[in-house]
Amino acid sequence: MTQTFPPKPDSEDITRKPPSTGGGTTGMRLIVPLRGVVQGRGGLILGSLIPCALFYFLQFYLKRRRPSPPSNPASPSASSSNLAELQRTSSRSNLSSRGSIGRALVSTRASSIAKSNDSTYYIGLDRVKEDPYDEIDNPNGIIQLGLAENRLSLDLIEKWLSRTLNDSICGGSSDGLSISGIATYQPLDGLVELKMAIAGLMSRVMGSAALIDPSKLILTSGATPAVEILCFCLADQGNALLVPTPYYPGFDRDVRWRTGVDLIPVHCRSSDNFTLSITALDQTFNQARKRGQRVRGILISNPSNPVGNLLTREMLYDLLDFAREKNIHIISDEIFAGSTYGTEEFVSMAEIIDSEDSDKERVHIIYGLSKDLSLPGFRVGVIYSLNENVLAASSRLTRFSSISAPTQRILISMLSDTRFIQEYFKVNRERIRKMYELFVTGLKQLGIECTKSSGGLYCWVNMSGLIRPYNEKGELELWEKLLNIAKINATPGSSCHCIEPGWFRCCFTTLAEKDIPVVIDRIHKVVETCKSPA
Amino acid sequence: MNMLSKKARCDADGQDSSFFVGLQEYEKNPYDVVRNPSGIIQMGLAENQLSFDLLESWLARNSDVATFEKNGGSTFRELALFQDYHGLPAFKKVLVDFMAKIRRNKVSFHPNKLVLTAGATSANETLMFCLANPGEAFLIPTPYYPGFDRDLKWRTGVELVPIHCSSLNKFRITESALQEAYQQAQKLNLRVKGILITNPSNPLGATMTRLELNHLITFAMDKNLHIVSDEIYSGTVFGSSSFISIIEAARERNLENTDIWSRIHIVYSLSKDLGLPGFRVGMIYSDNETVTSAATKMSSFGLVSSQTQYLLSNLLGDKKFMKSYMKENRKRLKKRHEMLVSGLGNMGIRCLKSNAGLFCWVDMRHLLSSNTFEAEMELWKKILSEASLNISPGSSCHCTEPGWFRVCFANMKKETLKLSIQRMKTFVDSINDENSENQQLSFCITKRRSLTKWVFQLSLYDRGPDR
Repeated sequence: MTQTFPPKPDSEDITRKPPSTGGGTTGMRLIVPLRGVVQGRGGLILGSLIPCALFYFLQFYLKRRRPSPPSNPASPSASSSNLAELQRTSSRSNLSSRGSIGRALVSTRASSIAKSNDSTYYIGLDRVKEDPYDEIDNPNGIIQLGLAENRLSLDLIEKWLSRTLNDSICGGSSDGLSISGIATYQPLDGLVELKMAIAGLMSRVMGSAALIDPSKLILTSGATPAVEILCFCLADQGNALLVPTPYYPGFDRDVRWRTGVDLIPVHCRSSDNFTLSITALDQTFNQARKRGQRVRGILISNPSNPVGNLLTREMLYDLLDFAREKNIHIISDEIFAGSTYGTEEFVSMAEIIDSEDSDKERVHIIYGLSKDLSLPGFRVGVIYSLNENVLAASSRLTRFSSISAPTQRILISMLSDTRFIQEYFKVNRERIRKMYELFVTGLKQLGIECTKSSGGLYCWVNMSGLIRPYNEKGELELWEKLLNIAKINATPGSSCHCIEPGWFRCCFTTLAEKDIPVVIDRIHKVVETCKSPA
Repeated sequence: MNMLSKKARCDADGQDSSFFVGLQEYEKNPYDVVRNPSGIIQMGLAENQLSFDLLESWLARNSDVATFEKNGGSTFRELALFQDYHGLPAFKKVLVDFMAKIRRNKVSFHPNKLVLTAGATSANETLMFCLANPGEAFLIPTPYYPGFDRDLKWRTGVELVPIHCSSLNKFRITESALQEAYQQAQKLNLRVKGILITNPSNPLGATMTRLELNHLITFAMDKNLHIVSDEIYSGTVFGSSSFISIIEAARERNLENTDIWSRIHIVYSLSKDLGLPGFRVGMIYSDNETVTSAATKMSSFGLVSSQTQYLLSNLLGDKKFMKSYMKENRKRLKKRHEMLVSGLGNMGIRCLKSNAGLFCWVDMRHLLSSNTFEAEMELWKKILSEASLNISPGSSCHCTEPGWFRVCFANMKKETLKLSIQRMKTFVDSINDENSENQQLSFCITKRRSLTKWVFQLSLYDRGPDR
């Protein structure tokens, strides 16, 4: 990879000289004696030595200037030529000369993030944005199955809003709130009333066995900053978190980008239905220790994303035992807790720590309203922890990601309407279950199986029979076929760091019932092309 | 079991500084005209509460916006699902128009170069993440907003090196101060990546002069540095001299399309100008594509609620309302400013001449018992306990000269401001009385001492001063 050699070399990188006034003179100082040497005074030897030395210094200089590699070690292999075409256009703009100078002066982080080789997860999302399916306006557009968004029950919220909203925003007789109530500085970790309303919601969602204490909540603008804040609190730069694979691609960003904390995958396999095993966890922990990497915690998602299975009560206790033994934390991302549709019972970590006398301080739960309440735009995330130190640190850190006050006001009204919330969750679950069954049945008719899942807004689909060769390359080729031929965006398992190729996450809650036959039909076309002899 | 990270354990967020201690003291004993008339009056929080009534009446007239109604249909669904970190296009459009208006349309802005963040706090931190590696430094003129120690340094690992400004030339930035700061950074083995200024300045309340801006630009060009200009108070300029943005100054020198142009970045927010800090709306404006690209992606950690974006795009889009709002807001700020300045003037306390902001930079050096920061702390504590006023001591703003205080005037009712001026007068009078008593006492004692010495020269009785 070549880089343009900036005309004003930053002298600090080569020698610790006081900053020079111009790069041009440095160049001249090199060339002039060289000419003298090569033209005969030093002879042939110096004439060949000096260019070598210069070459060496050039390589050294370029090595120092090169930004650190993008923080996504498991990104799809660059050998797939089609991927290069799909790269984001912003990277092209960085090739302009001004861009390269600008890049040279920005931080290492910015350089790698700005032009980062976006994973297939993000590339797919972008493609849908450019060419979104619409039954009437764009029937040949790409159908979105790659975004875990729930559009099934927004009508319920709309109805609620039209019934009750008028008084919420700036108060009025019902709340006695005026704009000065929402415009001024608020406690940066969330209004007390909203914490109480969310505690009530979480208690309901995580099984009424767990009572959530509002004073142990920190509110953030989405679950994304919640994950990052916890990482800043629990780990130092260079430390690591263990994370079972496959996992949500966004964790690579949330955990790694700015905190300098690493994610170490703990591989789960289809033979176990992608369930985490403590043995694998232990092995990975020991390997990390041998490498000299300090593990500070485990990051799990429950219901799991992308697989959709629920952790059993036994597993949660085992995890807690493991964490106690190794003296590490557990971060449990339970953002899909309210979106369960199977027959299995959802058990939250909140229930486990409620019953435990000790080790309550090891567990930190993440929640939010983006999935269960379909309000990703409103930016509401939650950190729940019984560890006073973590709460204190998080409440200070959340100043960089506070929830907007008018949004807090609306939500206080909505979440406090317990009758509405109860009704909403009941109906929402039903609708998710229905879609899940329709989708899975449809895929079955094509001979495609999914793992049995009980929660989340997606299913984990086994298309390994359709890929050739049976590796990541084959999987990516299938992904492209699905995107370009079937015009469907599904999330390939490799972007979720799945160790077995051929698995795809398909979200079905962005669809309407009538879209499912369309989707199945389109997948059918691709299935046919895969089955036909090469 | 203290298993937290180093960052979480350290107090790099500066919570112990007097700035924050004062805020905490206020929380314990807040003034309320009815329920706690002798409580502490908060004069340490730079908040603009003067024009809420105007915003309230707009909201009342436009309740359909608050209920997501639009042309008979509802925008709720789109907004509920909207989490694009590029921001609502309509919102960014009105924001850039608004920003241009504040700069008297001398510069124009493009929505594509604007990145939305959850408040200026987040914007400043994000820019540091983008422009500097941990261990690198930014130069910053003193005195500066105490929150920067937290916002700019804490999670980013970036260092701040002060550019010392002196009251002798009204705290203006000079070329030599810039050079000195740069050399200081070198001595500390810190690589300087840029300069961060606040214009209009916090805590000075004054806009920067063209000369200062030009010094900065020349210096930044020379040393290959970035300039971050926090222009969060740009809409609060009420004085006669107008506000010159760094971008305007650079444009006047025909620096568009040169290197330096891609190293100038502006931070803005609606918290001060519109008095909406609770809404958490901040932004970064930059011509540097790498910076905007990285900052846009990082904004995932602090997106602005879509509902708020929608609400404000309608508010800011109501040009007629905004024009009258800004005019009225400035008028009220000017009045309050005059009230405070003249009130303090009547007790012999001068303020730095200022034309913007929500506070005054007050010279209380003559009230110090000695020209030290200990004496400043003493005075601050006295004002807090005896006058029941929370003001911000200059040391918390890293001022190099003791005796300066930042006093806010826009976060309270007019009557409260009057009361605070009264309390201040009482306090100052009592200090003056005390001082003159002490003076008389020390004069008498000195006289007596010489008499004593002379008369009782051979006496064994040693009468030291009775302090």
